[in-house]
Amino acid sequence: MAELNLVQAINLALAQEMEADERVVVLGEDVGLNGGVFRVTEGLQEKFGADRVADTPLAESGIMGSAIGLAMAGMRPVPEIQFEGFMGPAYDQLVNHAARYRTRTRGAITIPMTVRVPVGGGIHAPELHSDSPEAIYAHHPGLKVVMPSTPHDAKGLLISAIRDPDPVVYFEPKRVYRSFKEEVPEEEYTIPIGEAKVISEGDDITVVTWGAPVFQCLDAMDNLPEDLSVELIDLRTIFPIDIDTIAQSVEKTGRCVIVHEAPRTCGMGAELSALIQERCFLHLEAPVQRVTGFDTVMPYYKLELDYLPESPRIQKGILECTSY
Amino acid sequence: MPQRTVYQTTIEHLQILDEDAKLDTKLAKDTLTDEEVRDLFEKMVIYRHFDEVGFKLQRSGRMGTYPQNKGQEAAALGSGYAAKKGTDFLVPCYRENAALFLHGLPMHNILLHWMGDERGNQIPDGVHMTPLSIPIGTQMLHAAGIAWAFKIRQEPRCVITYFGDGATSEGDFHEAMNFAGTLQAPCVFFCQNNQWAISVPRESQTASETIAQKALGYGMPTTQVDGNDMFAVFKATREALDRARAGGGPSFIEAVTYRLADHTTADDARRYRDTEELEAWQAKDPIIRHRKYLESKGLWDDEKQAETEARAKKIVQEVVKAAEGIDKPNFEDIFDYTFAEIPESISRQRDTGRTSSLGQNPDQIGLQAESQRV
Ligand SMILES: Cc1ncc(C[n+]2csc(CCOP(=O)(O)OP(=O)(O)O)c2C)c(N)n1
Ligand SMILES: [Mg+2]
Repeated sequence: MAELNLVQAINLALAQEMEADERVVVLGEDVGLNGGVFRVTEGLQEKFGADRVADTPLAESGIMGSAIGLAMAGMRPVPEIQFEGFMGPAYDQLVNHAARYRTRTRGAITIPMTVRVPVGGGIHAPELHSDSPEAIYAHHPGLKVVMPSTPHDAKGLLISAIRDPDPVVYFEPKRVYRSFKEEVPEEEYTIPIGEAKVISEGDDITVVTWGAPVFQCLDAMDNLPEDLSVELIDLRTIFPIDIDTIAQSVEKTGRCVIVHEAPRTCGMGAELSALIQERCFLHLEAPVQRVTGFDTVMPYYKLELDYLPESPRIQKGILECTSY
Repeated sequence: MPQRTVYQTTIEHLQILDEDAKLDTKLAKDTLTDEEVRDLFEKMVIYRHFDEVGFKLQRSGRMGTYPQNKGQEAAALGSGYAAKKGTDFLVPCYRENAALFLHGLPMHNILLHWMGDERGNQIPDGVHMTPLSIPIGTQMLHAAGIAWAFKIRQEPRCVITYFGDGATSEGDFHEAMNFAGTLQAPCVFFCQNNQWAISVPRESQTASETIAQKALGYGMPTTQVDGNDMFAVFKATREALDRARAGGGPSFIEAVTYRLADHTTADDARRYRDTEELEAWQAKDPIIRHRKYLESKGLWDDEKQAETEARAKKIVQEVVKAAEGIDKPNFEDIFDYTFAEIPESISRQRDTGRTSSLGQNPDQIGLQAESQRV
């Protein structure tokens, strides 16, 4: 076992899956010699060659569309889109082809592909390098969407994604990339897609989040009154949603705050709170609260911390909900 | 004749001031006067200093990621100078600051942009350009559209749009070229081929022999120029703009230049490019070449250089002061520019986003009232 950060854990999972299964190929902008702009694919080209770790031309539709072709031809492509803001050109291929192929061919053609995408704000990046579009892809039938927040989960979820028979969008929260290390087993293991994780147990209120805000929530919890016990859930998989774990928690606590970086309207918080009221209506003691980004364009970095759900705002949300 | 050639062409490469600063006087005729070259060179020195300060601001934590323009100033200045200030319209990417400054963009706007402040994108009235464009290869379509509008309104105006070699791989690039071609829009596509798209070299970016020949498929005149030679850049751009203004439609220019710095301050080019290659291009630095030329004409010397550098320092100091002296943008700015008329849901988030967790007025959902009852 070694102490790894998120970048290293993903790199390890990629290397091991490429070792174990020669159908696995990595493609994207600058993923080869440069090892990706975040160094997530560092050393892979050296190890597996330029055919299996390919620097593509600068064209996201090309990356996504050719990955679909690779998958159809029996490969297990792991395309990288350099930042979530550049999914635009790839969107058509992803949602109009990858997501639909199994259904429209009645299972004759399937697309086992894992799209890796750095996501989220808080790192003082330039424009279009800080958005959180997970709900957009969760909304598209035919795509699975995951977003690990820890190195351990990142490795297990990536291996699951690569082995999954269907397209998976694998979001990597940039703010967590190098923020901490933890023990990550050397051997391969999987974390099932579709399972949330209870990070800390509590009785008074449930907080559901994913990605970088997990750590903002933990920070907020450190500053709450001693006698307030919070159950923190890391969703980990955005779709399919593990509503059982959430409902079990909310039935116990009767209160729930959902935290995400993405804009509020039609964010995942909206779907989750609808599911919670469907499942837990008679247990609820307060309206489900959402602490989210605003319904505005993600601001440039001078204002990004005003936009993101930072711990003081989360703390406020928890207190507002518990005092209802 | 069952088999015949239906299309054949050649691509020209234009160089007027060579690497040794020798001028082809025949080709240089009706391009830039020596005085113009001197004035542009002064700007080159100032903008190079600006670029170095941009790098230092990032390194000292006073600015976010910055993409240096170093080495590409001749391409930006020669082309920008060919366009009519106050008339023609610039649609840039992010590596042609000098052209934007020539056309009246205040220099501190560029710093503000990279300092994470949208006010850097507030182009002053009368300055005809779009702000820097981050999604690669997308802005050329806007150029085609703007040029189309000029054509519809029969205004004698042209658009010049800038992009890199990497950008020519994006689908939008090809759509922009096709639109401009079919519409015969007065648009000049100016590709700064600096040999790299982050870590991907030109040879891996496209199997095409030149970038310039990509334009052939869209039916527009195309040429390659030495991008570190202001004479050649100016001449090719002026010709393309004249043609466009006269109703001759779009043109393509591939300026062969080199990115002398890392891709951005977040990059380390030593990971992927040879120092020998870099050094070979450092010798072709447009600053060296144009200075040498001016010196040979008796229009430049060490004293003039020192004086210009001192002036550059002063100018850039003021620019940095202007960029750093500005107050942090207001929280409300996040909301106030979303629409001409702000929907109520957003103005509620604006008004309560700092006092409640919700970005929503607690009174309106009864939360406040309820919590007071507890
Ligand atoms: C659509 C899109 N994809 C990826 C990126 C990330 N990125 C920023 S600059 C760049 C390379 C651009 O190369 P080129 O067009 O040659 O311009 P240069 O930076 O060399 O001036 C890439 C891949 C982006 N900004 N936009
Ligand atoms: Mg380039």
